[in-house]
Amino acid sequence: MTEPGARPRVFLVDDHHLFRSGVRAELGDAVEVVGEASEVEAAVEMILERRPEVVLLDVHLPGGGGRAVVARVAPTAPEVRFLALSVSDAADDVIDVIRAGARGYVTKTISGPELTSAIRRVAEGDAVFSPRLAGFVLDAFGTAAGLPDGGDPEVDQLTSREQEVLRLIARGYAYKAAARELNIGTRTVETHVSSVLRKLQLSNRHQLTRWATERRLI
Amino acid sequence: MGSSGPVTDQMASSDAHPGRTPRTGPWTRVTRVRDGRVLGGVCAGVARGFGLDPILVRILALALVAAGGAGAVLYVVGWLLLPEEGADESLAQSAVRDRRYDPAELVAVGAVVLGVLLLLRGTGLWFGDAVVWPVLLSGVGLAVIWRQAGDDDRASLQRVVGRIPASVDVRSRRAALARVVIGVALVVGGVGAFLAASDAFSAVRQGFLATSGIVAGLAVITGPWWLRMGRDLARERRERIRSEERAEVAAHLHDSVLQTLALIQRNADDPRTVVTMARRQERELRSWLYQGDRPGAAASDPAPSEPAASVAAAVTRVAEEVEIDHGVSIDVVTVGDVALDDRLEAVVAAAREAMVNAAKWSGAANVSVYVEVAEAEVKVFVRDWGCGFDPSAVADDRHGLRESITGRMVRHGGHADVRTGAGEGTEIQLRMPRDGR
Repeated sequence: MTEPGARPRVFLVDDHHLFRSGVRAELGDAVEVVGEASEVEAAVEMILERRPEVVLLDVHLPGGGGRAVVARVAPTAPEVRFLALSVSDAADDVIDVIRAGARGYVTKTISGPELTSAIRRVAEGDAVFSPRLAGFVLDAFGTAAGLPDGGDPEVDQLTSREQEVLRLIARGYAYKAAARELNIGTRTVETHVSSVLRKLQLSNRHQLTRWATERRLI
Repeated sequence: MGSSGPVTDQMASSDAHPGRTPRTGPWTRVTRVRDGRVLGGVCAGVARGFGLDPILVRILALALVAAGGAGAVLYVVGWLLLPEEGADESLAQSAVRDRRYDPAELVAVGAVVLGVLLLLRGTGLWFGDAVVWPVLLSGVGLAVIWRQAGDDDRASLQRVVGRIPASVDVRSRRAALARVVIGVALVVGGVGAFLAASDAFSAVRQGFLATSGIVAGLAVITGPWWLRMGRDLARERRERIRSEERAEVAAHLHDSVLQTLALIQRNADDPRTVVTMARRQERELRSWLYQGDRPGAAASDPAPSEPAASVAAAVTRVAEEVEIDHGVSIDVVTVGDVALDDRLEAVVAAAREAMVNAAKWSGAANVSVYVEVAEAEVKVFVRDWGCGFDPSAVADDRHGLRESITGRMVRHGGHADVRTGAGEGTEIQLRMPRDGR
C-alpha cells in the first residue's frame, strides 16, 4: 500500500524506447521510476530484483508478451501490481493480460494526469478499467439481466450492479461520477470493479476465450 | 563429343590457365568450353585442348556411340571429370565433397539397383550387356551431373530432356523426367508380361517377380527425389505468399502512415491539426490491423463512400468524421452489434448531431460515445464533461437538439433524453426499440 501523497515506485516495460521516455517525461515527479526494460527476460529479472509497486506493462512484447511477464513474476512477488498499457485494442490481447493477473488496462493515448491517477489507484490495490475494457467485459459477459446484487462472486456472471457500474465507465464516467450517478460511495464503485476483475480472472468458461477470438476488434 | 582416350595423353601438360589456383593431376589443360557447346562442351573442349576442329571430335564421338554405346559412357565420364572453363573443380570433385549425399544411402540404393539388374539378367529379361550397362552408367553419370551442375550444364541437360517429352518449364520438366522413368518401367513390365504369356506357367511367376522387382527398385530410387520435389514446391509457395503479404503491408503503410507522418512534419506548428491527423491515422491503422480484410476497413479515404453495414461500424465512422471536422477526440465503445435499418440509421444520424453539438459547444476536448445493442433496444450515449447548458434558456436557437436529435428519434419510434446542467457537462441518451423483440 502506498501512503496517500507518497510517490509510487514504478517500473516501465515497453519495447519502444521512444514511448518509455515519453511516459517518463509525462509522469514527471508524480511517481518514482525505478527502472525500465524492453523485453520479457530482462523485465522479469529486474522486477524481481527491484520490487516496484506498479509495473506499467506493454501488452505486446518480444519474448512472450505482457502476459508472460505477469505469469512469471506473480508466483514469486505477488505484491507487485501490473497495469497493462497498449495501443492494441484487440480484445483477446487485452483480456489475456488481464486474465494473467494485471490489475487494469489503459490505452497508450491516455493523458499524463490520467495515467498518474491510474497508477495510484493500482498501487492502492484497486482495479483500473478504461471505458474500452469495460465495454469488452460487458460484451464478453453479455448484457442480459444480471444476477441480483450480492450473488456468488465465483459465478461466471455479472450482478446487475456490476453491469451498471461497467456501463457508466464505458460511457466515460470516472469512478467518482459513476458513484454520484448511482448514489453510492466511490469506495463501493471500486469494490464492484475489483469484483468484476476477479470474475474475469477466475472465469474459465470457454465463451470468454471464444468471444475474445471471434471479436478481436473495436 | 569426345573420348577420354586422347585426354589421358595430356597428363603431363602444364597449366593452361596461369593465375588460377594450379590443379594437380592430369586434367589441367582440357576444360569444357562455355561458348559453342552442343551438350556439355566436352568435345569442343577436347578439340581446343588438342588444337583440332570440334566437328572432327564430335564425329568421332558419335561413331563411338554407334559402336556399342561406349561413346555415350565416355562422354558422360568426360563431363564429370573435366572442369568447366573458369571453374576450379570438376563436377566429380564437387560431388565427392558434397554433404548432401549420405554414403549409406548411396550404398543402399546402389545395392538395390544392382540386385534388381542381376535378378532381371538371371530371369532373362535383359536387353543384353552391351546395352544395359552403358545406359545404366550414363544414367548415373547424368544424375550426378544434374545435381552438381551449374546453370550452363543444367541448361544443356534441360534442352535434351525437354526435347524428349514436352516443355522446358522447371516443374513440368521434372514431371517429364518422371514420366520417362515411369514409362520405361511400364515397358519393361509389359515385356515381362508378354514373355510370361508366351511361355509356360512358371515363367508367369518369374515375370511377375521381375516386374515387381523393377517397380520396387524404381520406387526406392526415386522416392527421396519425389519427397524433395514436394518439399521444394511447398517452400516456394510459402515464400511467394509471404512476399506478397509483405508487399501489401508495405504498400498500405506507404499510402497511409508515411503520408500522415509527412503531413505531421509539415504541420508541426499546429498542434490541433497534428492531433487530428494522428488520431485519424491511428484509427485507420487499427481498423486495418484488427478488422482483417473486411471490405472498406482499410480504406485510407477519409470520407468512405460505401455505407457501413452495422450500427457499431456506422457510429464509429461518424465519430471519425466529426473528429476530423471539429478537432475533438471521440472515444467510441460498442457492446454488441446489429445490422443497420432505417430506424437505426436515424439513431446514427442523431448520435452524429449529438457529437457535433458536444464538439462545437461543450468546450471539452474529449467526447465519449457508448453504443449498446441489447435484446429489446439499441442505446447510444454521447457524453462530454464540458460546460453544459440550461436547456430552457437555449431551446429556441438550438434546432440541432430539438429537431435533429429529439424530433428525429421520436419520428422513428424512439426517444432522446438530455441530461445537462451548467458546469456538469452534457449527456445525450438515445434509445430505439428493436423490431419484433
